[in-house]
Amino acid sequence: MLLRHTKKASESIERKGLTINPAKTCQPVGAMYAALGVHGCLPHSHGSQGCCSYHRTALTRHYKEPVMAATSSFTEGSSVFGGQANLLQGLSNIYSIYEPDIVAIHSTCLSETIGDDLGQIVGKARVEGQIPEGKHAVYAATPSYVGSHVTGFSNMVKGIIDYFAYKTEEVKKQLNILPGWVEPSDMREIKRMLKMMKVKYVMLPDTSDVLDEPMTGKFKMFPEGGTTIPQMASMGDSIKTIALGEWCSKDSAIHLENKCKVPFHIADMPIGIKATDRFVQVVAKAFRISVPDSLTKERGRLVDAIVDMQQYLFGKRVALFGDPDQCISLTEFLVDMGMKPVYIVSGTPGKAFEKRMASILDKKVPEAKYMNGERADLFLLHQWIKDEGVDLIIGNTYGKYIARDENIPFLRFGFPILDRIGHSYFPTVGYMGGLRLLEKMLSLIMDHEDATVAEEKFELVM
Amino acid sequence: MEKKMRKIAIYGKGGIGKSTTTQNTVAGLTEMGKNVIVVGCDPKADSTRLLLGGMAQKTVLDTLREEGEDVELDDIIKAGYGGTRCVESGGPEPGVGCAGRGIITSINLLEQLGAWDDKYNTEYTFYDVLGDVVCGGFAMPIRDGKAEEIYIVVSGEMMAMYAANNICKGIQKYAQNGSVRLGGLICNSRKVDNESAMIEELARQLGTQMIHFVPRDNMVQQAEIHRKTVIEHAPEHVQADEYRTLAKAIDENKMFVIPNPLPMESLEKLLIDFGIAN
Repeated sequence: MLLRHTKKASESIERKGLTINPAKTCQPVGAMYAALGVHGCLPHSHGSQGCCSYHRTALTRHYKEPVMAATSSFTEGSSVFGGQANLLQGLSNIYSIYEPDIVAIHSTCLSETIGDDLGQIVGKARVEGQIPEGKHAVYAATPSYVGSHVTGFSNMVKGIIDYFAYKTEEVKKQLNILPGWVEPSDMREIKRMLKMMKVKYVMLPDTSDVLDEPMTGKFKMFPEGGTTIPQMASMGDSIKTIALGEWCSKDSAIHLENKCKVPFHIADMPIGIKATDRFVQVVAKAFRISVPDSLTKERGRLVDAIVDMQQYLFGKRVALFGDPDQCISLTEFLVDMGMKPVYIVSGTPGKAFEKRMASILDKKVPEAKYMNGERADLFLLHQWIKDEGVDLIIGNTYGKYIARDENIPFLRFGFPILDRIGHSYFPTVGYMGGLRLLEKMLSLIMDHEDATVAEEKFELVM
Repeated sequence: MEKKMRKIAIYGKGGIGKSTTTQNTVAGLTEMGKNVIVVGCDPKADSTRLLLGGMAQKTVLDTLREEGEDVELDDIIKAGYGGTRCVESGGPEPGVGCAGRGIITSINLLEQLGAWDDKYNTEYTFYDVLGDVVCGGFAMPIRDGKAEEIYIVVSGEMMAMYAANNICKGIQKYAQNGSVRLGGLICNSRKVDNESAMIEELARQLGTQMIHFVPRDNMVQQAEIHRKTVIEHAPEHVQADEYRTLAKAIDENKMFVIPNPLPMESLEKLLIDFGIAN
């Protein structure tokens, strides 16, 4: 029992402070991930070396790809005198040694606290020539004591849009797709769906062909994938922005409208049937097309599988933790399949979380408990599970301790997944992603039943 | 018999005369034959100007920046009036970096380099601290028992008294876990009505004493123009004796307390009773 000290919530004193096993990580991890989805872009961490190492490691362990990033390498002197000298020197070195087209700089807790002004330093680097002619530097403030990795992702996407997107006289018949923090495989899947619908688009960021690269035997500092500079520039002329996930993409969509007058629509991440339906509908409407039969058939196959296996899904109690955009869509999907998402936590703050969960759960799963913010951690989730058990836990790798202690089937989903592969290759968005989630959940639930059911109830056919 | 080193920090509102008072007091102690080190904890690095006869002092942080971690004590400690050892922490330019962190870095470095080794036989350490206690860095001299006696320079002006009261809150916080105590208020007169009586009453309410009332005298300014303390510039002048008296009072001081900071209303009442009421 690795978590043997965790007791039932009903038998514990109420917690007023302290976070135990948080369901979130640092802002810069998200900023780094967003920057990797831009072609020819090197993320740069403005802070001490340890920050950069940790954030790179977090991404490398999840994507199983070498994640490159530079750092301002703060010393004690930098924290007293400010990090300007380090960043200027760093930029000069980076452009001459690694030759990126873009450097995406994010701050850290230390540089934020001493008050370094990235805008001012980058401006100075432009004037003084540390950023050569024709090269670019974007930046975002990402102190980890505010928000979470999701906030950092959002801030960096916004910083990139702020720098590159601009409006010309020409209107381009294309959509801006802000996919939010989803896997490279998910971005690939969203693009596949858009292609089926014959829709032109720009996706930002796009980590497919960056963090899911084939083995070629050759190392490439800047892989083929990622949104290009001309694509990002053209986002200011698109007919509409479809922003997936309120936490991941809303700020960027609003900023793009303010800057370039591109109207936006905020949609849920297309996880599960209804959220995917809404995504497909909003794309079809924006582009004035009808949904192709091929996509409708994919949907039909998913619905058929759910109906076929309903007896194994119905009433199953699920505990879920992760990032708010994913949690909201997934909760809706679970409810649609007749399951009961009874406990949901997310470490990322934001008042909309409770409202959305209430609208999905209050009528259909009135016993559900949900919470987000700094106190909504894995310790709380475990306490709830101790109070009354569940049939399935869904969340990132950190959930494996609870799953092992309580002997509950565990579906790895979200960020980070440090101990399994698959997420880089197989999507969880769209109808096909829904089918994959369904298959995984069923396998876990049915394997558990096979392993634990009484002999006289052991079934050959399920 | 080994005598314990006195570790003193001087706080007070910005511009109240902390550096001038500190240096003149130090000159007084030096005259008495005491062995003193002064650590300036202000990014402006003007805490030892009068003792050194100018501002040629290279700061700890400048040295650290230019020569890396390979700093030697002789690079940063200069001998001033009467053999006083003078150090300036220094700090970043206004608007960048973190001055508070600078003070932490610089005091740690001085300790590492052995600035207080036995061979120096230091009897007094003075920390001259910038303005109000604004962040952890500026409280550094009263953390971890670095300074054990605090003197607050104050005048009869409202904001100076307000700052003094605020500094007492900082002392109270650190005193509960450490050895830091308030040694008294030094009134640096601004010729406010009833000033001496008012500061004595403020001291009484804080639970401390007004250790000395330093009258206002132009000789202080004249000495400053000559980059000297009054004691060095005009040893016979009455103002020099004022500082000698203050130095003697500090040397003989036995009253060290944890202060009771006043609520705002009490502070205002004090002003009304002593100021406007007359």
